[in-house]
Amino acid sequence: MVTDDKRVRIITGHYGSGKTEFAVNYVTALRESVEGKVAIADLDIVNVYFRSREKKKELEEKGITVIASNLEGAGVDVPAVSGAMTTPVTDKSFQYVVDLGGNDVGTLVLGRIKPLLDPAETDFLMVVNTYRPNTSTPEGVIEQMENLEVAAGLKVTGFINNTNLVRETTASCLSEGDAILREVTKRTGIPVKYVSYVEELLTEDIPEGLAGELFPMKFNMRKTWM
Amino acid sequence: MAKVLMKGNEAVGKAAIEAGCRFFFGYPITPQSEVPEYLSSELPKVGGTFVQAESEVAAINMVYGAAAAGARVLTSSSSPGIALKQEGIGYISNAGLPAVIINMMRGGPGLGTIQPGQADYNMAVKGGSNGDYHNVVLAPASVQEAVDMVMDAFDIADMYGTPVIVLADGLIGQMMEPVEFNYVPRKGIPEKTWALTGKGDGERHVVKNLVIDPDDCEQWNHEHFEAYEKILANEQAWEEYLLDDAEYAFVSYGTASRVVRTAIGYLRAEGYKIGMLRPKTLWPFPQKAFDKVDGHIKKYLDIEMSMGQMMPDVAYACNDKNKVVFHGRTGGNVPTVDEVVEFAKKIMGGDK
Repeated sequence: MVTDDKRVRIITGHYGSGKTEFAVNYVTALRESVEGKVAIADLDIVNVYFRSREKKKELEEKGITVIASNLEGAGVDVPAVSGAMTTPVTDKSFQYVVDLGGNDVGTLVLGRIKPLLDPAETDFLMVVNTYRPNTSTPEGVIEQMENLEVAAGLKVTGFINNTNLVRETTASCLSEGDAILREVTKRTGIPVKYVSYVEELLTEDIPEGLAGELFPMKFNMRKTWM
Repeated sequence: MAKVLMKGNEAVGKAAIEAGCRFFFGYPITPQSEVPEYLSSELPKVGGTFVQAESEVAAINMVYGAAAAGARVLTSSSSPGIALKQEGIGYISNAGLPAVIINMMRGGPGLGTIQPGQADYNMAVKGGSNGDYHNVVLAPASVQEAVDMVMDAFDIADMYGTPVIVLADGLIGQMMEPVEFNYVPRKGIPEKTWALTGKGDGERHVVKNLVIDPDDCEQWNHEHFEAYEKILANEQAWEEYLLDDAEYAFVSYGTASRVVRTAIGYLRAEGYKIGMLRPKTLWPFPQKAFDKVDGHIKKYLDIEMSMGQMMPDVAYACNDKNKVVFHGRTGGNVPTVDEVVEFAKKIMGGDK
């Protein structure tokens, strides 16, 4: 349950892992499950397209506070983040989701809130798609994880198995990701927290016994023609 | 090879390596910076050379040099960066050298915006450099097609001795899609017996641009155009989508054609006999496709992310400018499915 996770959920993952799609779905699910203030911060300074701030209007209409760059507009590729990103860290009445940038460079942004973070109330979740060339093996996942951990100064507390081939996704994709992430769990002790998939793409039954809680998603970032 | 999920910009970089390209010279620019980023780490692993040049002008002239030495060589950029490369592209073309240039177009003119565009059609297809010349221009509509076209671009460049431009846009560059890499070289690619590889004990090779005598220069031009005739005959490529019974045809390429394809689904569901002619080569423009379907098409609906740069080519291809209507968005915006459906209905006026 999204309500069982810690108050501050920092979502990371190499670009292409599906991190932003997961973060937008996650914060939406969180909004539906809790009272009070819910915020998402888009700290992506790596990608210039498909950023969660593109969904600012839709998310705000649901009652979610959206923190992005202090420079407004889809066409801005300046690595600027808003000072407001610290507020939901210090104001404990917020449930907070942080959508972090696409690699170890993007993760450096976290330095701004790092001194304020209480590890006891922070989850650092890594989204993994094992069809991405850099995370196609247990060794690859662990190497990426360690790069992200060094840059963030935080330890990953859970994985999201988001293994997919977009519109060519089948249920067996989830099983393939599961096998690789189970091996990672065996070696690192870090559990798989969720198995995420876009509902409209999967017509078959989800295989049983996958590590992690099933987390069905809707496409937010991809238009119908993508 | 099993499918992997890749960002368009990475995938075209890998496609170049798979096709035997070992040299990249370029300069970063959004939204294609992942191409040089990817190749900067991957080319050295296969013994290749990556150079981030001091400018786009320097990069294209390094491409000229590597091409003259017989290498498979790539550069990539986005619109304003490609504009800077035009002089060099003209030189490469005049020297009859093979090279591949990727343009992940963004909104223009000038510095414009980092969001996607298709307004470099004229620059690529009509030629942004001086003199009588053509670029071969390939227009992918997906990451997989971009991969396949980059691989084929190297073969086409080598077959005909000409620069080949892969004209995509920021969305293709930034989008993640499943891809596989299956490079099978074309048959009949000539050996580069002319390459500047050092005379040694062999014969002297010359790659040149200056042809001072007008008769010689004219003859030089005619030789280029003999190659262009072969390209026109052999290389036209297009997709016909639901055209068999169609009375109306969208004409659209690249990212815009994806929006159109979805719009056709809605229009067909309402009974409209509409399909799409999607050029996969912009030069040579697929005249053969128009010759084939024109008899039963009442109107061509040209949909682009520009102010209508392809329209004159569509009008020429169907030989009736009154049959061509246009809808587009520009400056970094992409047409929506709804507006394409609405535009088509307005044109067809209930004609099902």
